[in-house]
Amino acid sequence: MQLILESLFNGVAIGSVLLIAALGLAIVFGLMGVINLAHGELMMLGAYSTYVTQLIFKLPALKPFYNAYVIVAIAVAFVVSGIVGILLERSIIRRLYGDPLETLLATWGVSLILQQFVRSVPLAYGTGLVVALLIGMLLPIGLPKKLYEKFSGRIIRLACWAISALLGVLTSNSLSTAISKLGRASARNVDVTAPSWMRGGFDLWNITFPITRLVIIVITLIAVLGVTWFLKKSVWGIRIRAVTQNRSMSDCLGISTETVDVLTFGIGSGLAGVAGVAVSLLGSVGPNVGGSYIVGCFMVVVLGGVGNLLGTIIASFAIGIMTDLIGAGRLLTIWPDMPTPLASAVDFFATTSMARVMVFALIVIFLQFRPAGLFPQKGRMVEV
Amino acid sequence: MKNLPKSSRWFLLLIWITIIAAIIAAPALLPVFRLNLLGRYLSLAIVALGVDLIWGYAGLLSLGQGIFFTLGGYCAAMYLQLNSSSDLPNGIPEFFALYGVKELPFFWEPFKSPIFTLIAIWLIPALVAGTLGFLVFRNRIKGVYFSILTQAALLVFFNFFNGQQKLINGTNGLKTDVTQLFGQMVGSDSMQRWFFWLTAIIVVIAWFFARWVVRDRFGNVLIGIRDDEPRVRFTGYNPTLFKTIVFGIAGGLAGISGALYTVQSGIVSPQFMTVPFSIEMVIWVAVGGRGTLLGAILGAVAINYAKSLVSEALPASWMFIQGGLFILVVTALPEGVLGWLQSDRPRNLLTRLGVSRPVSTYPSLEAESKQEVKK
Amino acid sequence: MNKYLLELHHISVSFEGFLALDDLNLSLRSGELRAVIGPNGAGKTTFLDVITGKVNPTIGDVVFKGRSIVGKHEHHIARLGIGRKFQSPRVFENLTVFENLALAVSSNKKPIPLLIGEVKRKDKDEIHHLMSIVNLQSKENISAGSLSHGQKQWLEIAMLVGQNPDMLLVDEPVAGLTDEETDMTADLLKSLAGEHTILVIDHDMEFIRRLNSQVSVLHQGSVLCEGTMEEIQRDSQVIEVYLGRPEEGQP
Repeated sequence: MQLILESLFNGVAIGSVLLIAALGLAIVFGLMGVINLAHGELMMLGAYSTYVTQLIFKLPALKPFYNAYVIVAIAVAFVVSGIVGILLERSIIRRLYGDPLETLLATWGVSLILQQFVRSVPLAYGTGLVVALLIGMLLPIGLPKKLYEKFSGRIIRLACWAISALLGVLTSNSLSTAISKLGRASARNVDVTAPSWMRGGFDLWNITFPITRLVIIVITLIAVLGVTWFLKKSVWGIRIRAVTQNRSMSDCLGISTETVDVLTFGIGSGLAGVAGVAVSLLGSVGPNVGGSYIVGCFMVVVLGGVGNLLGTIIASFAIGIMTDLIGAGRLLTIWPDMPTPLASAVDFFATTSMARVMVFALIVIFLQFRPAGLFPQKGRMVEV
Repeated sequence: MKNLPKSSRWFLLLIWITIIAAIIAAPALLPVFRLNLLGRYLSLAIVALGVDLIWGYAGLLSLGQGIFFTLGGYCAAMYLQLNSSSDLPNGIPEFFALYGVKELPFFWEPFKSPIFTLIAIWLIPALVAGTLGFLVFRNRIKGVYFSILTQAALLVFFNFFNGQQKLINGTNGLKTDVTQLFGQMVGSDSMQRWFFWLTAIIVVIAWFFARWVVRDRFGNVLIGIRDDEPRVRFTGYNPTLFKTIVFGIAGGLAGISGALYTVQSGIVSPQFMTVPFSIEMVIWVAVGGRGTLLGAILGAVAINYAKSLVSEALPASWMFIQGGLFILVVTALPEGVLGWLQSDRPRNLLTRLGVSRPVSTYPSLEAESKQEVKK
Repeated sequence: MNKYLLELHHISVSFEGFLALDDLNLSLRSGELRAVIGPNGAGKTTFLDVITGKVNPTIGDVVFKGRSIVGKHEHHIARLGIGRKFQSPRVFENLTVFENLALAVSSNKKPIPLLIGEVKRKDKDEIHHLMSIVNLQSKENISAGSLSHGQKQWLEIAMLVGQNPDMLLVDEPVAGLTDEETDMTADLLKSLAGEHTILVIDHDMEFIRRLNSQVSVLHQGSVLCEGTMEEIQRDSQVIEVYLGRPEEGQP
């Protein structure tokens, strides 16, 4: 019993990382038909955001609140990855709608650039850039209407960008002087240290549940609930689904489809950022951190089927539990009297990398019976 | 290709003459180091030809060609290792001793035969590709789903090869430069010169082969599958078989490419199965011009040469350039350089600059009137 | 030999509870020309999808040449001798007219013979013959994408004939054609009947009248009535479906 519970927990823990990582990808793919190969790099940005937030919270002024930095980091990561995602949508992806293969290649290009960017640009400057982008995008919306009556739009926009650029430069300079680590470019991995309350474990029924894992499960749970609520109940969520089902009709009904695209992509990217926070708590953070998770996310999307959150959730946990069962060789502990040939086969696959091999094979076999995943779309829209 | 206007044919001929002249002149002009690099890039052109067949013609974007490339490389390396290990203890390659393996694993046995190896280099990758392809295609999995699955397959093979120390030396890979072939060191200058010639000849043969594959109705069915697969079905063709075969062919080409690359780079390792390398193959074709075959060759050689030059000068900038290239070619130049040159846009550009005479009629009308004259 | 070439028995198709076809029965004699009409949403396209194997019926059986073809793949059904022309012209736009026809005419549709073999002399003659029927000889080496709408329709019909099917399913062949082209299409279809069995779906009543054939009216997924055009036009049910109740709808 204890054994089953423990492996179940491990599976759920692996699965929840997969789920939070795949959630944004699945939403963007399900709603917009876009596979974003830079999703892993958006996660990486989220992880680096956590790192920067953590360092900022170590400054004397914020030291008392250090224990809460993870919560702030989640918001920061969401915004940072969201902004980069929106920029990506505005500049590249919107030119390629309806051409998923081209999008795939273009977003791969973006992922290369992002990877090299964090290698060769000091984090302080990256932070400054994000700050400038954020202010530049928000400032024109926040200005009082009177200003628009007095000056032409172009002048206001120019002024806004000038202000935001200035603020960005200020941010990067002050950051690089305050925290010298952020002032240097480095391709080396960095480590995010969890606050003290997250270290250690939590004992129940003779099993130790690591608190980091529990926190990640909670983050995932909140993200899934939030996304579900947003898509099902909120006005913009309903608009997003309307655009997915019939774009031109939604356009006629006065829904701004462009805003919907930006919003959808922004949220998907933001969720990648949140996933980045989770990932940064598990191991060291480097430019390649996204790449190690992205293929797992793809497997979730393939197994779960398109445009179905429930499919994504079940697929994540199924893959998580299977990976743990196979990778830790748990079948042998559960069933010690296994016949020798079977036992040696189980032993052969009992490493993390070989477990991936096995899980992939199982997914391919599964697809022979259910080619469209767990929850296929039905009806006459399928071929379209 | 066969429906090109006359001027484009001349243009293609010119490119070919340049290529052949460059290949013939290269061994005399380049130092061995550069020649070896060129030889490697030429061998990459062969895998690019396969990518062009499946992507440019049949519309299948595979991000896992590295699997078949590496399989071909391992086939060649296993033969070479065995060929030069008869004097070693137990008569098996050196690395086995590191892991305490005394007996040759069973699947190494057939690679003692050079003929088997020559066949295996293309047949094994082709069979693996065909099998994987069939399992995917028969369920009508296509588009990005197919791409994602190939990428996952790539990672799976990488993990598998990376973890098997006792069978194939795992992450260290198999070295070929210190092995013997025809009594000479594979890594020696004279051998490398031979490999350059061999690669150049095989590239040309591979190009003729790829041309032959798409020359007639088989190629047209592939184009049909790319543009409107259901229509192909209703015409009575089974797309699954066509896709499986062309994916197998591309796999075979990748295997040959991998083998030639391995003997010229001196090692084959699971590193050939990393995700970026396989996606790069696609960008060579995209830049050269998909669906043109020649573009794949030119793209592979040109981009790799540029990569080595840029990386030597400014190591950090190549990733930016490459990333930019992906974005640029997809958004601004989807038909690639060769496709762009073959379209009438360069002529329009020249016309606007006042260099060239404007086209007097629509090309289609021109062709029509020619037809009538013939009658 | 069976009296009927194609029989549909009690076909129902449901998409997540929505009945696109509801207990549809229809039989076609060999050599017959049959028109099928019906208002929007009557299930006309689904009906063709079921025959060509794109959609499997939830209940019911499709019998072609005395054998059930339910569950067979599209390409298999096409090889058995059912050809389909789509509503909007679907030709391979990046292939030339000749290449399009060569794909349709090719007697062997397996990949290996196609890879190794050339287009046979006999097939070439057939292709040129087809091009002359539909007036596209001068476009032989033009890519199909640059043809006009009407020419594409004709090319697709030529491809259909080139497949040499026993049964032709033609979905709205005159949509977007000029009156003259419409008349020519009607004559072409009439001349093909007899040798081939033809099922035409269309909205254009003038065109259907010109075909001078038996007409089946589809309504809400099943056959409402069958008969000649005159009979159909007198049928009170049909008038109701198309025009609403007589007292409200008739002028």
